[in-house]
Amino acid sequence: MKKIKSPEELEQFRSEIQAGRNPKTPCIAICAGTGCLALGSDKIIDAFKEEISKQGLDTDVATIRETGCPGFCEQGPIVVIYPEEICYLRVAEKDVPEIISKTVINKEVIERLAYKDPTSNKRIIKNFDIPFYKKQKRYIIGNNINIDPRSIEDYIATDGYSALSKVLFNMSQENVIEEVTKANLRGRGGGGFPTGLKWKATRKAKGKPKYLICNANEGDPGAFNDRAVLEGTPHSVLEGMVIGSYGIGCHEGYIYVQNEYPLAVENITIAIEKARELGLLGKDIMGSGFDFDVVIVRGGGAFVCGEETALISSIEGRSGEPRARYVFPAERGLYNKPTNINNVETWANIPLIINKGAEWYRSIGTENSKGTKIFALVGKINNTGLVEIPMGITLREIVYDIGGGIPKGRKFKAVQVGGPSGGCIPESHLDLPVDFDALSEVGLMIGGMIVMDDLTCMVDVALYFIKFLEEESCGKCTPCREGVHQMRLILERITEGNGKKEDLETIECMGKAIIDGSLCGLGGTAPNPVLTTLRYFRDEYEAHIKEKRCPAGVCKALTT
Amino acid sequence: MKARIKKIIDKYHSNKGFLVPILLDVQREYNYLNREALNLVSAFLEVPISQLYELGTFYKAFSLEPRGRHEMKLCTGTACHVRRVPLMKDNIERVLQIQAGETTPDLEFTFETVNCLGACALGPILVVDGEYHGNISISKTNKILKKLGKKVKIDEEN
Repeated sequence: MKKIKSPEELEQFRSEIQAGRNPKTPCIAICAGTGCLALGSDKIIDAFKEEISKQGLDTDVATIRETGCPGFCEQGPIVVIYPEEICYLRVAEKDVPEIISKTVINKEVIERLAYKDPTSNKRIIKNFDIPFYKKQKRYIIGNNINIDPRSIEDYIATDGYSALSKVLFNMSQENVIEEVTKANLRGRGGGGFPTGLKWKATRKAKGKPKYLICNANEGDPGAFNDRAVLEGTPHSVLEGMVIGSYGIGCHEGYIYVQNEYPLAVENITIAIEKARELGLLGKDIMGSGFDFDVVIVRGGGAFVCGEETALISSIEGRSGEPRARYVFPAERGLYNKPTNINNVETWANIPLIINKGAEWYRSIGTENSKGTKIFALVGKINNTGLVEIPMGITLREIVYDIGGGIPKGRKFKAVQVGGPSGGCIPESHLDLPVDFDALSEVGLMIGGMIVMDDLTCMVDVALYFIKFLEEESCGKCTPCREGVHQMRLILERITEGNGKKEDLETIECMGKAIIDGSLCGLGGTAPNPVLTTLRYFRDEYEAHIKEKRCPAGVCKALTT
Repeated sequence: MKARIKKIIDKYHSNKGFLVPILLDVQREYNYLNREALNLVSAFLEVPISQLYELGTFYKAFSLEPRGRHEMKLCTGTACHVRRVPLMKDNIERVLQIQAGETTPDLEFTFETVNCLGACALGPILVVDGEYHGNISISKTNKILKKLGKKVKIDEEN
């Protein structure tokens, strides 16, 4: 492939791709994300290919596109037929010949495969008319169903790399950082630290070389938003990283991704190769004279490596133990050089901010949390999947309007937000907006969302997270290693019916000590799942201790 | 073996920063991190063997013991947990007569739990030799085990 040497050449390449595509040609988009693949979408893709060749159809009659995750995992495998945007759910291999002959060729809708609205019982044909999508604003992952993540042409055809071109040729390094600062983008990994300030600090730090890292170690159970971004739109992460590197003034980048996400590793590897071939990565990017390249480092499956300094240790070839942060990675990070780390989703926001401008970006969201946030919505919920919502909508809207409520008519009990670092809140707090500060006030972090019904025991949930954290604690500092371990013993005792009266106070007191005394964010947030459940569901703990009863009927020792 | 290890290390330009990915590749090649392979990595990269053991024991992805012919990974992520995956775990442990994280003595099965596979819509999930089985139940896991040649008693099927 010929290298792109100027903004004009990029635009020319873009128009060539667009000219070569007839928007009226039927295109069968099939989700090939991890969720749908697990449901057998690979077999459906093969069946479509086979059927097309069997019927001897030309590429101007039907093309196939293997896409990233469009989010409605509950109803997968998902197939969308363009240009009419007819959305078929739960497609099986046997449906394939019918879809080709009826829908692709004769434009007939197969009602039985379309979404059936549970309240009106009406069939909904078009993808984005489905209630699940209605309240979402899909700026980051909205293109997932429109592009093949392995095709850089698809990304370029949908305006890809135009932000990079704008930055390299029309903006100074300061301008880039200013724009991101003005947009008030905050770290999507959960911490919520302003990205612009981070960049500025690394830019100002002395020492060379400087490094850039994309944190894709999404180790928290129940979250797969970063994976879906990396799998479905890897080029936007890459484009964001190149823009960041230009602003900060560094030339080497790393993507640290866990080995449990093989498809994400594969797609981002292909994206890097393609971008290099086209001269959008590597030496003299787009003829601007600016160099930046990225390598992928696969992690060994340790939750703690999501913590910045532990991640750095891991890239340096050591075990993932964090270090004290009196010196930030921006000053001394990887190999003791200035290092800027951002999360996958944060990077994917960058091209959007540059393309549409900070002003536009600030118009979405609340006063101190701008833009959109991607959540994995899982657990006891009707519409399990991946949602991208504007900051500021309430948790109730997410659970009921987007998520479709609790299955089998059961009662909502709690939603857990933020994984092992977050907490559980009851129904009475559901009207809270999605906002970094509002959520942290009630003990939550922005992260995965797990809905629980009345068949879930909150003590068991707390124990579950504490067990997870005990296992994942790196063991370096005492409050986390010993404190979490003791907490587990106490919780276990309670679920076994041997809880003591004073246990709850002990837990509360220990929780505070662990938060204050731990070295890193893992320990510093470890007691959250326990403390929040204790705050909002104290009666359930008391039932376990005083009445030796598990109200939800989960704890084995108390039910038999 | 020397040539194969060398090839893996060359892929990463002998860069010590890539120790974790190098060991992941070594493990893929030999099924586990055996002493001989670790000695070679240590010699090639001039890294103390203790550092390799540090990594081998710290990261969940590594195994210092031989692994079974069939690999079963049960997702114990939160979404699977609230969908009662602990019951499936107990069942598999009972049928294979090993604990999670262990390998059967005949080296047929390695059974382990993983934190989250990120396919929560399908929970509970069991991955067998790379193939995903969603919405599993006790009887479904028994069917899978049977297919792989494990004898499952009739009374356990229900």
